[in-house]
Amino acid sequence: MSSSTPFTRRDFLKTGAAGSASLVVGFYLPGIVSDASATGKAFAPNAFVEIDSSGEIRIWVARSEMGQGPRTAMTMILAEELDADWSHVKVVQADFDAKYGDMTTGGSASVRSSWDPLRKAGRTARDMLVTAAQQTWNVPRSECATHDSAVIHTKSHRRLTYAALAAKASAIPVPKDVPLKDAKDYRIVGTRRERVDGSFIVIGEAHYGIDTKLPGMLYAVVSRPPTLGGRVKKFDPASAQNVEGVRHVVEVPVVEMPPLFGEERAANSGHQHYLWGGVAVVADTTYQAIAGRRALTVEWDQGAGAEESTEKHRARCAELVKGTGKELRKIGDPNAALASATKKVEAEYELPYLAHTPMEPPNCTASVRDGKCEIWAPTQNAPGMAAALANALNIPASAITIHVTLLGGGFGRRLNIDYGVEAALVARAAGAPVKVFWTREDDVRHDYYRPMSHHRLRAGLDAQNQVTSWLHHVAAPTTDGFYLGGDIPDTGGTELAGTGLPAGTVPNSLLEASFLHTALPRGYWRSVDVSWNHFAVESFIDEVAHAAGADPVEMRRQLIGTKQPPAGKSEDEKPVDVNRLRAVLDLAVKESDWGTQLPKGRGRGIALLYSWGTYIAQVADVTVAKDGSVRVNRVVVALDCGQVINPDMVAAQMEGGICFGLTAALYGDVTMENGQVQQSNFNNYQMLRIGGMPRIEVHIMPSHEAPGGVGEPPVPSIAPAVANAIFAATGKRLRRLPFQSEELAQA
Amino acid sequence: MDAIAIIVNGKPHSVEVSPDTPLLWVLRDTLGLTGTKFGCGMALCGACTVHVDGEATRSCTTRISTAAGRRITTIEGLSEDGQHPLQVAWLEEQVAQCGYCQAGMIMTSAALLAKKTAPSDADIDEALGGHICRCGTYQRIRSAIHGAASKAVASGGTR
Repeated sequence: MSSSTPFTRRDFLKTGAAGSASLVVGFYLPGIVSDASATGKAFAPNAFVEIDSSGEIRIWVARSEMGQGPRTAMTMILAEELDADWSHVKVVQADFDAKYGDMTTGGSASVRSSWDPLRKAGRTARDMLVTAAQQTWNVPRSECATHDSAVIHTKSHRRLTYAALAAKASAIPVPKDVPLKDAKDYRIVGTRRERVDGSFIVIGEAHYGIDTKLPGMLYAVVSRPPTLGGRVKKFDPASAQNVEGVRHVVEVPVVEMPPLFGEERAANSGHQHYLWGGVAVVADTTYQAIAGRRALTVEWDQGAGAEESTEKHRARCAELVKGTGKELRKIGDPNAALASATKKVEAEYELPYLAHTPMEPPNCTASVRDGKCEIWAPTQNAPGMAAALANALNIPASAITIHVTLLGGGFGRRLNIDYGVEAALVARAAGAPVKVFWTREDDVRHDYYRPMSHHRLRAGLDAQNQVTSWLHHVAAPTTDGFYLGGDIPDTGGTELAGTGLPAGTVPNSLLEASFLHTALPRGYWRSVDVSWNHFAVESFIDEVAHAAGADPVEMRRQLIGTKQPPAGKSEDEKPVDVNRLRAVLDLAVKESDWGTQLPKGRGRGIALLYSWGTYIAQVADVTVAKDGSVRVNRVVVALDCGQVINPDMVAAQMEGGICFGLTAALYGDVTMENGQVQQSNFNNYQMLRIGGMPRIEVHIMPSHEAPGGVGEPPVPSIAPAVANAIFAATGKRLRRLPFQSEELAQA
Repeated sequence: MDAIAIIVNGKPHSVEVSPDTPLLWVLRDTLGLTGTKFGCGMALCGACTVHVDGEATRSCTTRISTAAGRRITTIEGLSEDGQHPLQVAWLEEQVAQCGYCQAGMIMTSAALLAKKTAPSDADIDEALGGHICRCGTYQRIRSAIHGAASKAVASGGTR
């Protein structure tokens, strides 16, 4: 990857506070959306490296930690270039401040977007420390080396620690274009290191948002409109106030929400993103608030979505894909090529709405007083929350402080800002600091759901069984459109990743989309649009292979070809490197014993993906029992994610991502009737448990290419790999998620 | 509201809460022991697991009235120094991701090891079948339990 953040001198800021003995280098970490160097805004650092006279090295950063390990990975990258003693480096969670700009955490971006800036910041700070030592000793620079947080004069073996040099280094002008370390000299990056924050977890001392406690704090739960777009008609506060410990019963107003990431909203677009309000019961303890809500009576206005149901949505999407959609990508003449094909293959696939259900349910603690708002939020999106709070409370962004807490899982749920805005409104009404707690039922019924989708795929093959045309029509409600208004994106953006291969390599291809209109809130869910498109594409490749009488792996080799496909529009659609893609396919095939005999009722399936800068192949080994139940025995993962920072954390993300994707493939199904979500808790919205966890084997390609993401890439492939394995085991093709295992039961 | 006497991590406490209050909320809101987590409120996920007289128990569905006078152990009291074999093994295997469910996992695993010094995969799957980890750390949980068990056997007991 060529660096997307060309660093110049103005990209570093030295902020050695007057009288302090610290060397502080400020730098900029791009987030999901913005990139200061690309937007032409004045440079404002959003991260800082500080080395003080105690020798402790701190990175101040407001990137959220939700289990994916950015704190550890970022520490490793910095320590590497700084030649720091690993044990001296600490990541400090910075509070959100509007001046920091983008501090969102998502898009598998934490390491990808930090890699260049962190390395340069570390190397720049090291350079200044070396200069300080060189000046102290009056020796040539070439005689100075760095190791374990110290500069060493190699001739005389004199040694000065970074601690001793920090004050002097802080007076040195920031150097320009410091060369980075050669990858062959890495001693931290690429090695297994323990999580920097793991020890607090096992003793119960890791503090998540839900563990926030303030002096005088009250606890609240909110009764929210049960139907889509519903709102409070009237309520009887006395019904809840009679419950012991209940202090306040207050209405939460309806608030229009700004876009999540500060984007422009589409004009006249039928914008739908509202916080629909409700009634908050505020009490001395969580349980009293829950008991108060149980006693509360509220009358609701039904709202615009009260007639909606998933069955209607399914029927509508099935209808939409039969027609013509909005043309998003066209190569060659796909319709003519299909018409003249020797063999035609066609199939339709369906995926459901999904909830995120992080183990820590949404919650937020807020204090609003004297025109200021202070908030303790387990959020992936502090800047979005700040903008929404300013809007809802009608106060300037500068009056808002967000303390980003640990997150008990995120998966995209916490890119949303609803629970923060709601908590602030409740705290303001209660006139006291309040923690708003969500029960699991609140979480499941008031999520921003991964959209359902329906896919129609058609392919044409010539007499030599070469794929000559590939047509994909997807019907779904748009997520970007929900947040921004309208049928966005009309040119294909974040909704349509995961459709690139093989549509980019077949000579004639068409991608079209139709949009389902619904009041159901939609959101980004770990691996976003790839999670649905990839299931359809990788299942269909197997169907095409079957029609061509080809092995699924051979069919993929044919489709990958040797030509580099053209680049897409976004950063994530960089041209795929067909050699790296083929290499992970070959590695997965080798490690999974592909092609060897398996017992009856057992099969292997493969899926292959390029996304978030990472190449990944998965082979699932599956047993289908007589009753149709599906057991995934083993998953072999081969990936090329560029330079690995911490192989153990890469493996952990593979295990976790596969568990997440498999949970959805086997169980995930949010349904709706009369505008109400029907699921409520883990009894009817099931999760994979330890007994269903397959053995996962991770094989990482050695590479010094720029790092790719690892949080999302493992998620999409497991469902099609399992579907393909089920076909191999039984000859039955399941085209709908979650898998309807009764279709597999033997009569 | 009468005072209810409970013993938490070896210390006696007297709490004035409604007798139907779940133990979970007494631990978290009244005693400030937030290591025990809420996950579902219906004994479906195991995040709230504590020991009541040594038995792994879901605190979200245990009324405080039924816990009166009994010995309750939470993750904060599992060991004095954070060196319970499971806590050590959890770090060795780098089990946790977000970490939220892990206290419950460790508490159930500790109760399992107290009964079975060398549990099989099937024993582990059965004991932890009521738990949910959304980050998917299950494979490492199994390894950590086996690791802790083998060390405990080598040193002659779990504690």
